[in-house]
Order: sequence, then structure tokens, then C-alpha cells
Amino acid sequence: MSEPAKGISRADVSHLAGLARIDLSEAELDHFAAELPAILEHVAVVQQAAGDDVEAMSHPVPVNNVFREDVVVPCLTPEEALAGAPASEQQRFLVPKILGED
Amino acid sequence: MTTETLVPVDEALTRYDPVMGLEIHIELNTTTKMFCGCPTEFGAEPNTQVCPVCLALPGALPVVNAKAIESAIRIGLALNCEIAEWCRFARKNYFYPDMPKNFQTSQYDEPIAFDGHVDVEVDGETYRIDIERAHMEEDTGKSLHVGGSTGRIHGADFSLVDYNRAGIPLIEIVTRTIEVPGDKAAAVARAYVSYVRDLIGGLGVSDVRMDQGSLRADVNLSLKPKGSTTLGTRSETKNVNSFRSVERAVRYEISRHAGILDQGGSVLQETRHFHEDTGTTSSGREKSDADDYRYFPEPDLAPVSPSREWVEELRATLPEPPAVRRARLQADWGFSDLEMRDTIGAGALQLVADTIEAGATPQAARKWWLGEMARRANEQGADLDSLGITPLQVAEIQALIDAGRINDKLARSVFDGVIAGEGTPEEVIVGRQLEVVSDDGALGDAVDRAIAGDPDAAQKIRDGKQAAAGALIGAVMKEMRGQADAGRVRELILEKLT
Repeated sequence: MSEPAKGISRADVSHLAGLARIDLSEAELDHFAAELPAILEHVAVVQQAAGDDVEAMSHPVPVNNVFREDVVVPCLTPEEALAGAPASEQQRFLVPKILGED
Repeated sequence: MTTETLVPVDEALTRYDPVMGLEIHIELNTTTKMFCGCPTEFGAEPNTQVCPVCLALPGALPVVNAKAIESAIRIGLALNCEIAEWCRFARKNYFYPDMPKNFQTSQYDEPIAFDGHVDVEVDGETYRIDIERAHMEEDTGKSLHVGGSTGRIHGADFSLVDYNRAGIPLIEIVTRTIEVPGDKAAAVARAYVSYVRDLIGGLGVSDVRMDQGSLRADVNLSLKPKGSTTLGTRSETKNVNSFRSVERAVRYEISRHAGILDQGGSVLQETRHFHEDTGTTSSGREKSDADDYRYFPEPDLAPVSPSREWVEELRATLPEPPAVRRARLQADWGFSDLEMRDTIGAGALQLVADTIEAGATPQAARKWWLGEMARRANEQGADLDSLGITPLQVAEIQALIDAGRINDKLARSVFDGVIAGEGTPEEVIVGRQLEVVSDDGALGDAVDRAIAGDPDAAQKIRDGKQAAAGALIGAVMKEMRGQADAGRVRELILEKLT
């Protein structure tokens, strides 16, 4: 889990947009390449508030081991499950052709 | 597709040493999913085992299945791993329709189990495989690709997704690099996967069926020139679905890598797909920018901190270690070292054990699994446990032989019928009219005809040469199309002639 970026380049913005599947125009790339570093600077101020003796935390309260028993609870019906799907077929979610394979 | 230059494995190994890494995914057999209470039954109608959590509907809150944690710890302990005192889940972010949250809940740098090892045996030699980690994650949904000519993704017009499998708990077991003598690499890889199957099957935490996908193996392989210490670029062959295929995938990749390196080329770091029919791999997907998974700690799930008391309690539930178990079984069964080694090498240890448990003698169980069943598996290019016949059925068929209802030859036909789905062994015998004839009336007539047809043999028996009965028994068996009780036939012949 990487350190927060100190700066952010236009190439970084383009890379992040690709990962997020957001299609940014050249003008938008320029815009965000200028805007995101400013946001990061503000965040950096907050990071300074915690001294080196304060560990980074992922959870707001120190609670461990929240488990449930291995017992079945009722599911959705297929009709309910598919109710919000833009398209379905054969009781399955229909999604567009997938390009990348894995 | 480019034509690949393949170098025969033996030749490749004169110039290169293979370095392997194996990843095994184990689907746990918990009653419910990893983070929600949906059932996990195999083969259910599509999208009947889904809820807001595993469909990633807004506002849904995942909660960890305690049984899955318990199973993960037991697997870690069985692999001689350390169990983390505190660990978290992490989000592995990527977009793919079989993962509705757009991330997979997994573990990143804090696996629940780490630094283990197992010892596997090949041709009487023991090889230590170091385990880097065993971590918890969830399975994905299943996509059905429609419209493409081949059913693979390329060329598909759209995909249909069933999320029943999404969220089923998985344990991913990752080895450290495995460097063994090149000529043993493929066999060691196979032996390791087979060993892990037996080990985890023995824990009762998974069905460990490769043919049903509850155990899936990925084979990572690279070559380094002999004498070099620099690792080569590896390929990752995904979802190799049988023990035999693990072995073949290793051999194929050795040949393929050597072909590229011999010509001064570089191996692409990519995923490859293994093809069962041809024993070859084909290019899947090159590593790319999209593999930046941006792992971060899962904020919706509390960290897991198994107490040392709990870990020790679970350690106490572990079955005896495999080496101890094998020694005990060998003594119980009265197998020679060679018989035992063959049984393990064939991946038949558990099948033989279950068959004996179901009532067959050790030698009968070994005979069927290493003879008839191994031959069928070999012909079909399948593993023994995916033939469609269970240890219980083998034991039932042996019991029918012991009762004189069928003989070994007819038993083969009963196996055919059971595998073809014609019902229980009993039903197959009735359906195919396979029962041996031990009725003295019918047999007596056939014996009379055999004696009349071979007066020379008959005279020899009258003269006290009982060995001559073989010819007459053969004639009777032929007339009865094999469906005679040979022992009774012999008795009748001797009664009539002596």
C-alpha cells in the first residue's frame, strides 16, 4: 500500500483515468493535472497533524473479529436479483462484450 | 497465432533450469459464503444464491464467516505455516463483470498464514516445497460468453453472468520458487498439487475436486540458463484442471520458453491458458497498466485477530500428518513399498482408502483403482476422481464379485454402465443382464455340451488330469458369453467326470 503521491503528473492522471475506466479528453487531462496536486496539498496538511508516533489506521475504532455463524439466511429471488439489471437473459445478467480476457 | 518453436523437454533441460511457482485456489465447503449468508451449493439454478452483499448493492455490509476463518487457520497449520496474530482484508480493485463490486475482497501484505512448507515425494525422493503464504479471498461469478464462435471470450458478442459463485470463500496457497532438478520439475509440480489435495481433503474443509473447480492450480514457470543465478521472465498458466495437466503444462512451458530463449528472444510476462485437448498453452493476456490493483485495507470488515488459544485448539483438531498417515495406512493395508508408492503416485491414496472404508479388501481396492480405473483415466486423459465412479461404487461392485453374482470380466461392463449413468451397480446388472449364471440346470446343459465337444479333454480328466478342465471351462464360458460362475462350472465338470 503505497505512500501518498507528493505530486501528480499529467501521465498519472491519464493512468488513473484508465484504471477507473473514465474517458478524459485532452482538455480534461490538463485540467485535472493542474487541480489534483492542489487537492493533494490540502490532504498533506491533514497528514501533518498526526505525528510520527501515530500509526496509520484503516478502521476508525479498534474492533477485531466481527464474525457471523455459518448459517444460511434467505437470499433474493432471481427476479429480485435481476430487477435492477439493464438487461438479462437465461436468468443471468447480460453484460456487453468483454474485451480484455483473464 | 504465431507458430511457436518448441524444444524437446530433454534437450531444453540440457541448457536451462526451470524455476516454478505454484498457486492453488481452494474453494471452502462452508455452508454459506465468505461475507454473507447465501448458500454455496454447486450446480444451483443461476442467481438463486445471491443477496445484496454478494451482488454489491449499495449499503450492503459484509460480515466474515467464522467457519471460513477456522478453515483458513486449519489449512495454514496443515501447511506448517505461522498464523498471523492480526491481519486485515484488502480490496483488489479491477473492473470485470464477474466481480460486481469492482474489487475482489482479498488479503494483500497481511495473509492469515505464512512461511510454511510441505514435503512431497517423487520416485522415492523427498522434495521440500516452501509455502510463502495462504490467504483468504472470495470467488468470482461465472460468465457465459455468447455469440463467439468458440465459446471463449474472444469474439463473444455479450456475456451472461451468474453470481451464485461470487463470494464463496477461497484460500489461495502460494509457494516460494521451486527449484528442483529439471527432469523432476513436472512430476514434483504434480505431486505437490496432489499432496495438497489429499492434505486439505483430509481436513474436511473443501471438496478439493479439480474437475468441479473446487481446487484450481496456476503454474508459473521461467527458465534460467544453466549456471546463471538470474531468474528469467515467467509465464502464468491459469486454471490447469487436472493433476495430469499440471505435469503437461510444466513440460509444455519448458519447451516453449526454451524455443524463445534459444532464438535470443524474450519471454513475455503474460497469463496463458492451458488446453486439455492438445496439452498446449496459448497467450491469454499480457501484464499491463490494468494490473495496478491499488490494494488498500477493506474498511467494511474488521481485522481478524485469532487468539493463540484458538489457534492451538484448531491445531489439536488436525488429522495426523500425511507422512504418519501413509505409514499407518501402508501397515494396515499390508502394501509393499512399491505398491504404496504407485498408489500415491497415481493420486489414488484417498480413493483406495475410501474404497477400503466402504468394505473392499485393500488388494481389491488397489487392483481396481490402479488397474482398470487407471487405464480408463489414461485413455480419457482424466484424473481418477473425475471418472464418474465413486469409491463406494467400486466397493459395491467388488462385493458383488465376492458374492459370486458377477465376475471380474462382467464387472468391467458394470463399471461401463455406472459411468454411463445407468444407475447403481445393482441396476446396471439387471439392466444389462450381466448376472453370472450359477443355476445348475443351465450350467449343467452347457457342461454336457462342452464334454461332448471335447472328448479328449474329458478323457484326460477321467484319467485324473484335472488341469485339463481349463479347456472345458473355457468352452462353457464362451457359450455363456462370459456370464457363468467359473468356480461352479469347474465343480460341475469334475462331478460329472470323476
